[in-house]
Amino acid sequence: MENLDAALHTRGESRFVDDFPHPEGLLFAAPLVSPVAHGRIKVLDTGPARSADGVRGVFTAGDIPGENQVGMIIPDEALLADCIVHHVGQPVALVAAVSEECAREALKQIRLEIEELPAVLDPRQAAARGELIVPSRTFSLGDVGGAWNKCDVIVAGKVESGGQEHVYLETQGTLAIHEEEGRIKLISATQSLTVVQKAVARLLGLPMHKVEVDVLRLGGAFGGKEDQATPWACMAALAAHLLKKPVKIVLHRHDDMCLTGKRHPYSSDFKIGLKEGGEIIAYEVTFYQNAGAAADLSPAIMERTMFHATGSYFIPNVRATAVSCRTNLPPNTAFRGFGAPQAMFVMEAAISRAAKALGLEPAVIQEKNLLKEGDMFPYGMAAENCRARSCWETVEEKYGFVKIRQRVTEFNASNRMKKKGLALMPICFGISFTNIALNQAGALVHIYTDGSISVSTAAVEMGQGVKTKIIQVAARTLSTDINRIRVESTNTTRVANTSPTAASSAADLNGKAVELACRSLLKRLKAAAAEDLGETEPEKVEIKKEVVFFAGRKTHLTWEKLIPSMYARRINLSAQAHYATPGIYFDKKREKGRPFFYHVYGTAITEVTLDCLRGTYEVDSVKAVHDCGRSINPLIDRGQAEGGIVQGLGWMILEELQYSEDGRLLTDSLSTYKVPDIYFVPRETEVHFLENSDNPLGILNSKAIGEPPFMYGIGGFFALLRAMEAFRPDLEFALSAPLTPEKVLLTLYQGEETERPTYKSKEGKAFSK
Amino acid sequence: MIIPSEPIAAKDRDGLYYKEGKMSRPINFILNDRTVRTSLSPGSVVLDFLRREMRLTGTKEGCREGDCGACLVLLGEPDGDKISYRAVNSCLLPLGELAGKHLVTIEGLNEDGLNPVQQMFVDEGAVQCGFCTPGFIVTLAGFFLSGRDLTEEETVEAAAGNICRCTGYASIKRAAGRLAKDFAGKLKNGRGRLKSLVEQRLLPPYFRKIPGRLQALEAGHEPTADLRKSVLVAGGTDLFVQKPGELLARDLEFISGRKEFNGIRKSGNRCLIGAGTTLEDMRHSAVLQELFPGLPDFFKLIASSPIRQRATVGGNIVNASPIGDVTILLLALDASLSLINRNLTSPDPGVRREIALKDFFKGYKELDLGEEEILEQVSFPVPEGESFLNFEKVSRRRHLDIAGVNSAVQLRVQEGTILSAHLSAGGVAPVPLYLARAAGFLAGRALAPANIREAAYIADEEISPISDVRGTAEYRRLLLRQLIFAHFLTLFPAEVKFEELQLGEE
Repeated sequence: MENLDAALHTRGESRFVDDFPHPEGLLFAAPLVSPVAHGRIKVLDTGPARSADGVRGVFTAGDIPGENQVGMIIPDEALLADCIVHHVGQPVALVAAVSEECAREALKQIRLEIEELPAVLDPRQAAARGELIVPSRTFSLGDVGGAWNKCDVIVAGKVESGGQEHVYLETQGTLAIHEEEGRIKLISATQSLTVVQKAVARLLGLPMHKVEVDVLRLGGAFGGKEDQATPWACMAALAAHLLKKPVKIVLHRHDDMCLTGKRHPYSSDFKIGLKEGGEIIAYEVTFYQNAGAAADLSPAIMERTMFHATGSYFIPNVRATAVSCRTNLPPNTAFRGFGAPQAMFVMEAAISRAAKALGLEPAVIQEKNLLKEGDMFPYGMAAENCRARSCWETVEEKYGFVKIRQRVTEFNASNRMKKKGLALMPICFGISFTNIALNQAGALVHIYTDGSISVSTAAVEMGQGVKTKIIQVAARTLSTDINRIRVESTNTTRVANTSPTAASSAADLNGKAVELACRSLLKRLKAAAAEDLGETEPEKVEIKKEVVFFAGRKTHLTWEKLIPSMYARRINLSAQAHYATPGIYFDKKREKGRPFFYHVYGTAITEVTLDCLRGTYEVDSVKAVHDCGRSINPLIDRGQAEGGIVQGLGWMILEELQYSEDGRLLTDSLSTYKVPDIYFVPRETEVHFLENSDNPLGILNSKAIGEPPFMYGIGGFFALLRAMEAFRPDLEFALSAPLTPEKVLLTLYQGEETERPTYKSKEGKAFSK
Repeated sequence: MIIPSEPIAAKDRDGLYYKEGKMSRPINFILNDRTVRTSLSPGSVVLDFLRREMRLTGTKEGCREGDCGACLVLLGEPDGDKISYRAVNSCLLPLGELAGKHLVTIEGLNEDGLNPVQQMFVDEGAVQCGFCTPGFIVTLAGFFLSGRDLTEEETVEAAAGNICRCTGYASIKRAAGRLAKDFAGKLKNGRGRLKSLVEQRLLPPYFRKIPGRLQALEAGHEPTADLRKSVLVAGGTDLFVQKPGELLARDLEFISGRKEFNGIRKSGNRCLIGAGTTLEDMRHSAVLQELFPGLPDFFKLIASSPIRQRATVGGNIVNASPIGDVTILLLALDASLSLINRNLTSPDPGVRREIALKDFFKGYKELDLGEEEILEQVSFPVPEGESFLNFEKVSRRRHLDIAGVNSAVQLRVQEGTILSAHLSAGGVAPVPLYLARAAGFLAGRALAPANIREAAYIADEEISPISDVRGTAEYRRLLLRQLIFAHFLTLFPAEVKFEELQLGEE
């Protein structure tokens, strides 16, 4: 079934924050931000800006009525810097004016002088100085120290993975409307309504019930609007509250890129020990997470990194340590995979190095160590219903990996200028928020007297199709037509205490809440129907496609007759329900527990072709076998898989963030930060959903789909590395992502014999634009 | 929710107006099915006009620099007795360009129910968050209007200027492929096109009345012949990225639409290209293709189709980017420029000046162009006998990206001897560089690996690259060498072997 929002989107009739009709007297807000990565504010003079054309208000930290704070896990981030600035792009002041241009013009008239302090951009340097967001944590299994001498080969190395800009097509934005009694209503592009509600309440010194947050939909988010939608919502709220006018803030792309956090870059050390045949005996890894200037979600992301330290493999002796390092970059944040891709990349890098040392194909090591039923993860949970191997085997069955490898080997033997590379990428991803408290959701279902149904949940629609899945759950539970059901905007007054729409879990958690609400309605419907039919056994009532059956026989009673009759009898036609994932827990003292309700598995083959003359490359194909349980909606799930794969490939072999030495983002526009376009993507993408794989723990036997496929993209890096190896078998390549045409070409011709004279390049202005 | 508001002065209400509050002469155009007259500044961009003034919010703002396609609109202009439509980025389109034209937004494509393109996107799951979707629908409408071949390849090419961050494009490619197949053979070309598009519900019926309505419309903007005081907009695809605000209060003259600056023709032994000719017109020019059949493929590496629809050859040259793709190509074609007086009515015939393109660039963004001069046309000698042309470009992303290094070569070769050579490179110096010494070395020498390698050495001595976000100096040096090799490997695959060119493999 198609995404039920899709038709509206194709007509351009769907509304995003910036599309709402302007309330009368709307003001536009824009922030003044720090131009330096670290410094002390010496002068902040807003005087001239206050009297500039069209300006209605200029605000600094001192104007905040409540607490100047937007940090949630750790309160370490001011909305408006009051003394020290910690990163380029940190907001210092806010202007509200009658037009965006007036606001921007006025920003230029604020005098800001900052005494620069030394900035740290490198996570290892930050760690060496003790600049940690939270104390480091270690997960252990077996006895790593004792295991090394049982290994035939031990390989150690350093691995780097870069950050990633979300490039949600809709930039950050909020429309704030002040209402009577000092109430504030926010139409916000956030994945986390309650986070925004809490932050605004704290900022303005209001109780939470005076802050209403409403989200209709997001134009993409990918984690980038989980915590980082909050500051902009707070700014709009602050100005609206103080000026008693509606205020909108929508970031320009350039500002959005410079001011907001991204996927965390990681620098990691690994040591891996194996038997001759490829069995992994021990693995030790330390992750240095570049958290940026404030905690944001970094501690939670660091935790998920540790949970995924061993990827899809069972390793008997493991020690995984993660260090969250405070640097002077904008606070890094959630991005699809939430720290797991970084961990799985290091694991695959270690296997790739080990394979070279052992003279084995990486696939041999991968297969030999794949998780099996009952295998223990380092965090003390056993793999249940483990499908790592069935996905791996189905890949061979469906796509014939062995044959593809043969073809690639032959190609490389007969081509010098072009080389192909091939990699297998198995994934295993834990489903549940690792913050146990977040694994809950609420739903509110109304049936109106005409039989139409309205459903509210905590889930935010951002293109992932959760709205459609929710409708499917309601329609299946109540056995009504899809068209009777409407999913409302997400709103804190209808469903309170919402968990972020994140961790791939929105359909599971909210779907189950909807299912519970619909079941309680169904119970009332059946009782009422029995009464209408003059029967005494409501358990014999069934509703099938809006027709009431009794004891298996069709009756005259239909949905449209039953509902008004229930209203007339004063029966409650609304239901609220709450779902909390059962059986999950985690003991942080022991670092053991059952943090995940279940795991998602899969394997993909990636094939690339490298042009060794130009250093450019193409992804020929990605072919995946993916376990998504019994898909509720194959069209949507396929889209999630295909989109995740390409975003993962982008992270690994295209998208590169560059910063100046003083911490300014250089790739600050879509002309310098390149995301996949229609020609970059694999010429062929195949996604096969593993058959007969019902998941009784997921909604309607399905599995979460949002994040896991992203990690197939890691295969792109290793396939490209194989192709490079085919051209330069003499080299050991740096394990540093992303690979770019520049890195590839320089590597391919690294250390070549050359009599070419070299000339010192002269410094000056950029020549490229 | 309705709040009483204090009156707002017009001048600070909106940035669309002249800063000084001065109104310009009104222009008339048709927006979807309605005739519009506006006095807003001709230098304001259409995206803002649509979203703020008209509150047509289906056109989305994604990047404001032509890199995402979320803001695509169709621009239709009279072309003989029909209207020629192009999908263009409204974020880089000045309002003044609309005079006498038909502007179509996503709202103007909607009918009752979904049209077949919209329906296909829904059916194939080619829509996720939906923010980019209107841009895709608009560009495909433009594709159907264009009369291009209905193949999956061409359909995908039409969407190459659109970024989608959700789908991974697989579903979009499936939708494009099925659309091409569904409509192959069902659409008439030429004058019957519009009718058949309406019959197939690909366009709403009002489109059929547009040609007549445009004819009856007074554009309201008469091109002036004295350009001395005007800012000349030759496409403006970089101008409106670099300094949009500054253009609001200026008199703009739009070069690309003017007949005297347009067109490609052969005259004697030279080929002439008007400065206002768009890159897309160059790409599809029969005159150029006859000379160089590989040319359309080179243009695929240059910008995106919506940008090529606006960007002009003159704009590319005068913008003086050291990496301008078309300039690099023209350098290898040994092109010259005709400069004329900005006052087109000037009676003095002596003002026309010819200058070799390679001599036009004096330094970073410095031109040999007098204040009174404008670029009228570009010309290059039609090659005598068989001539080989190649263009190479490597960028981080192959399409719609600015090169790390680009390079072009034109060679005449007879019996293994290079008779003449022109070689150029971008991204390796403060100016688009004609590699005079390397080219001079090649002329008269044998087509042999040692000579090609020597030319690469010499080229390396001619360049002075710096490091920036698109590549380090070291990379640019290596890349230029590889691209010089690539020219010969591409043009002479039988004579030159990869193994023979790589250093250290002699």
